[in-house]
Amino acid sequence: MRRNLFFILIIFVSITFIARLFYLQIYNSKPYSIYEDNAIGKVYTYPKRGYIYDRNNKLLVSNQPSYDIMIIPGLVTKMDTTEFCKLLKIDKTIFKKKFRITSNYSKKIPSVFLAHISKEDYGSLAEKIRKYKGFYIQKRNLREYNTKVGANVLGYVAEVNRRDIKNDSFYSSGDIIGKQGVELSYEKYLRGEKGIKFIQKDRFNREIGSFNSGKNDITAIAGSDITITIDSELQEYGEKLMNNKKGAIVAIEPKSGEILSLVSGPSYDPNLLVGRDRSKNYFSLFKDTIFTPLIDKSLLSNFPAGSPFKIINGLIGLEEGVINENSTIFCDGSYIYGKNKKSMKCHCSGGYKNIYNAISESCNSFFAETYVKIINKNSNINENFDDWSVNVKSFGLGDFLNNDLPIGKKGVIPDSEFYNNWYPDFRWGALTTLSNSIGQGEILVTPIQLANMIAVVANKGYYYTPHVIKNIEGDSISNRFSEKKVTKINKKFFDKIEIGLFDVFINGTAKQLKVRGIDICGKSGTAENFTKINGKKTQLTDHSIFVAYAPKDDPKIAIAVVVENGYYGSTWAGRITSLMIEKYLKGDIKYKIRENSVLNKSLYDEYIKPFSNKPFTINKL
Amino acid sequence: MINQRKNFVKPDWLIITIYILLAGFGIGNILSSSISGEEISLFQFDNLYSKQLVFFMVSLLFAFLVMTIEVKFYERFASIFYLISIVILLGLFVFGKRVNGALSWYDLGGFNLQPSEFVKITVALAISKYISDFQTNLKKTIDQFWLFLIILIPVVIIILQNDTGSSIVFFCLFIVFYREGISQKYLLSILAISILAVFTLKFSALHSFLFSLIPTILFFFTKRKMNNKILKGFAISSLCLLTCFFVDYGYKNILRTHQQNYIKVWLNLEKDPAKIKKMERTVLYNLNESKKAISSGGVVGKGYMKGTRTMGNFVPAQHSDYIFSTIGEEWGFVGSTFIIILYCILIYRIVYLSEQQKNKFSRVYGYSTASILFIHFCVNIGMVLGLTPTIGIPLPFLSYGGSSLIAFTILLFIFIRFDANKINEW
Repeated sequence: MRRNLFFILIIFVSITFIARLFYLQIYNSKPYSIYEDNAIGKVYTYPKRGYIYDRNNKLLVSNQPSYDIMIIPGLVTKMDTTEFCKLLKIDKTIFKKKFRITSNYSKKIPSVFLAHISKEDYGSLAEKIRKYKGFYIQKRNLREYNTKVGANVLGYVAEVNRRDIKNDSFYSSGDIIGKQGVELSYEKYLRGEKGIKFIQKDRFNREIGSFNSGKNDITAIAGSDITITIDSELQEYGEKLMNNKKGAIVAIEPKSGEILSLVSGPSYDPNLLVGRDRSKNYFSLFKDTIFTPLIDKSLLSNFPAGSPFKIINGLIGLEEGVINENSTIFCDGSYIYGKNKKSMKCHCSGGYKNIYNAISESCNSFFAETYVKIINKNSNINENFDDWSVNVKSFGLGDFLNNDLPIGKKGVIPDSEFYNNWYPDFRWGALTTLSNSIGQGEILVTPIQLANMIAVVANKGYYYTPHVIKNIEGDSISNRFSEKKVTKINKKFFDKIEIGLFDVFINGTAKQLKVRGIDICGKSGTAENFTKINGKKTQLTDHSIFVAYAPKDDPKIAIAVVVENGYYGSTWAGRITSLMIEKYLKGDIKYKIRENSVLNKSLYDEYIKPFSNKPFTINKL
Repeated sequence: MINQRKNFVKPDWLIITIYILLAGFGIGNILSSSISGEEISLFQFDNLYSKQLVFFMVSLLFAFLVMTIEVKFYERFASIFYLISIVILLGLFVFGKRVNGALSWYDLGGFNLQPSEFVKITVALAISKYISDFQTNLKKTIDQFWLFLIILIPVVIIILQNDTGSSIVFFCLFIVFYREGISQKYLLSILAISILAVFTLKFSALHSFLFSLIPTILFFFTKRKMNNKILKGFAISSLCLLTCFFVDYGYKNILRTHQQNYIKVWLNLEKDPAKIKKMERTVLYNLNESKKAISSGGVVGKGYMKGTRTMGNFVPAQHSDYIFSTIGEEWGFVGSTFIIILYCILIYRIVYLSEQQKNKFSRVYGYSTASILFIHFCVNIGMVLGLTPTIGIPLPFLSYGGSSLIAFTILLFIFIRFDANKINEW
C-alpha cells in the first residue's frame, strides 16, 4: 500500500481531469461557430448594389454614398447628450426615443441610430464621433436615380424591417432591400454578397486587430447589373403625356414580350423616395387620394375592357365558325333582344355591317349577335360558355400574367360556374350576359393584360409573357419569358380581323389619328364605369381606352392606353396611342397640335366630381 | 573519471523527452496567449515569448550544470542549501518586491526572482537528507517533529509573505513521509480534517461536527479489543469539534475577502443572485472565461494561434497560471488529454525510478520531486477546469515564469542525475 498509493493517486487524478475535459469539451460543448463567438467582432462590408440600365444601355439607377450613425447601446457611456444632439442636429426627445428603441431591440447588436446624414455633416462628425462611446459612422450605398421616370417599374429600396430580417438571415439591421418594382423582383441579383471582416476583440470588447490575419474574412461580391426592357425615352414621353391624367400606358414589343414602357398616370420622380426626406415625400404622395400616384394603375387597376374586347369575340366567332367574313347584319342604332325587347345602343354609322366595318366602326349590334351565336351554338350553354371563356383566357386575360413585376391583378373573365353562382336557378344565357360581347359587364382587365392581348393580335396568335428584364450580368433571365404561349385561334382569322383594325385608322373611329408613314392597326374603346358614392352606384364619365400595334406588317410595338374618365376612346387614349407609336417608331413628333392638346389636358375636374358631394353631369366633351 | 563519463550518458531519456516536449509546448502556447492577433515579432526581448525562450536556454544550462555535479555533493550540502534558502526567503522581508499583494520577489533588474520556487528544491533535498540519515527513525515522535519543522519553517515564512498558494505545495510531502514509514494516522488525519473542513464550509460547524460523530461512534463500537474506548472516542470527537470551529473561525476571520470568495465559488456557497452577478465580474470571471475557452475548443480545438478567446486575452493571466486554457481552446480535447497523459507518464516514471533507487537519499528525493510536480499538476489543472479552489500556482514547465521554469528544471534534473548514477551504487 505504501508503495502503490502514489500510483493510484496519479491515475485517479488523471482520469478525473480527462473526464472533466470530456464533459466540458465534448459532452457540454456546442459545435464552434465563429459567428456566435463574442470574442470575434463581425463587421460587414457592403457590396455595390447592381446598376439598372434601360434597353438602350442608358444608366437609370446607380449608387451614391450615404452615412449612417450607428449605435451599440450596450457600449454607450455617460455623455454630453446636448452637445451630441447639436452635432447631429436632432432634438433631445428624438435622441431619447431612438436610444430607447435601439436598446430595446438589442444592447449588443449595432442598430441604425440616424440614417442618411449629409456629406457635409459627415465631414464634421467623422472626427468628433470618436468621443462618444457606442456610436460610429457606417458608410453605405444609397440609390441614385439618373432619371426622373419609371418610378413604378424601378421600384425603390429601403432599410430592412424586423420582418425582413426574420425571414431571411441574409439581412441585418440597417441593410438595404428592394421593396418594389425590379428592385424587389431582382433583389437577389442586385444585392450581391455582403463581405464580413472578423475582428479580434479583447475582454473589454475593444478591437485589437483582425482575426487570424484576415484569413477568415469574406470579401464582398458586387451585385449584378441588370438591363431592363424599358425604353426610358418612351417611358419619359408616356409619363409626360399622362400628366394630370389617371390611367396607364403599356407598350410591349410583341415579338419578345418585352415591356417598352409601363406608365402609370400620373407618375412621380423616383428621386423623391431617396434619402432623408423619403418619408415626408412618401407621405405627401400617399395623401393624394385624387390622383393616387403611388398606385401603379398599369398593373393594379381593373378596368372594363370595353370595345377592344370585340376583337376577341370576333376572332372566337370566326374560329368557331358561327360567323364568317360574309356574315352581315343590319344595324339601326340599337340591338333589340329578349322577350322584353331590351335594347343595346350602338354608336356606329348604321346600315349593313360585316366583320371588317363592324370592327372599324365599333358596331355593338354585330358583336352582340356574334356573342349570342357563340354561346348558343348548341343547346349546351354551360359548355359553350366555358369554351368561350377558355378561348378568352388564352389571350392572357383573367389571370396573373406571371410576369416579373411584384404586383398585379387578375382581372375577371367569367366562366359558367361564375354565373351559376350568381343565378342559383341557372336561368342565365347569352342574352343575360350580353354585355360581355362588348367588353363591359363582368369583364375586367388590367392595362398590361390589354397590351398583352393586342400583342397577341399583332403576333397573330401567340405571345411571350410580358416582362421587364432584358439581361442580368453573369446570369440568364428566366426561361419562362422565352416560352411561346399560343391561342386556339387560327392565324388566318387574325389576318381578317387585322383588315378591320387597319380600317379603324382609315375610315373608323381613329381616322383623325393617322401617323403619316406608319400603318397602325388599333381599336378604340369607351367603357362605362361606375363608382359608389355614399353607397349609391353612380355612373362616371366613360374610360377612354385604346389598343394598337404598328407597323402593320412587322409589328414592333403593341400598346394599350387607358385614360380614366377620358370619355371617347379616340379622344385621349387614341391620341396618346398614336403619339406613343410615332415617338417610338419615328423618334420625334410631327403632330404638335395633337401632342399639345394632350399635354395641356388635365382631367382633374373629372376626378373630383365623385368627391364634390354635388350632383354632376358625365360624358361631356 | 572513466566511470563517471560512462554514467553521464545514462540519464533517463523518457523523462528528458517529456520535459522538452512540455517546455517547448509551453513556449509555443505562451506565444499564442501573450500576443494579441497582430503580427509576431520574434526575438524582441520585451515580449513574454522571447523571455520564456531565454529562460528555457538558461534552464538547459542549469540542467547541464546539475548533471555534471556528483551526487555526494547534494547529499553533503543539503542542509547548507536549506539554510541558505531560508535566509534568502527571510531576506524578502527587507529587500522584497510586492507583486499582486505577495511579497515574494527579488527585483534583479529586469528579472524578478521568486525564491519560494527554489525553496521547493532545498526542502526536498533537506528532507531527503534527514529521512535517509541512519539515525532518523520516523516512528519516533521527536524525529517526526524535526521533519515537520523542516517543512513548517518555509511554509510559515511564505504565508507571512502573503503567498498562501505557494505554501500549500509543501504539504504534498506527506505522501513522501507516508512512503517512508510514517504512521498512516497522519495521512488519515489530513484526509479527515479536509473532509471536515469542506463540510463545515458547505454546511455549518455544528452540522459538520454532528456528522463526524457517526464514523467515530461506529469505529469505536465495532472495535472490541481496545482500552479506554470511551475516553479515546471522546478525545477524537473533541478534536473534531475543535477542527470544525477552528475552520469556521478561520474562514470568517483569517481569510481575506477574495480568498473567501474563491471558496464560495468553489463550493457554490453564494445564493444571492446579485452577489453572484458581482462575482461573475470579479472572482468567477477568470474561472468562467477559462471554462468557456476550454469548452469552445471542442474535440480538436481551433488550431494553434487561432483560439479566439486566447487571442483576445479573455482569460487574465492566461500565459502563466491559466496556460492550460489556451491548450484547451487551441488544441481541444485531444491536445489537453495528451498533456495530461504526458504529466501522468512523467510523474509515474519518476515514482517508478525512485522505487528502483538503491540509495535512500535518491529515493526520497525522487519521491519529493514527483509529489511536488504532482501537487502543481493537480491544483493548477483542477483550478483551470473548475474542480479545485482558485490557488495561483504554476503548471510545471508550461506556465510562463523564469523562476518556476528554472526551479522545476533543477528539481527534475537533480533527480535525473541521481538516477543516472544508480549503477555506481552497486
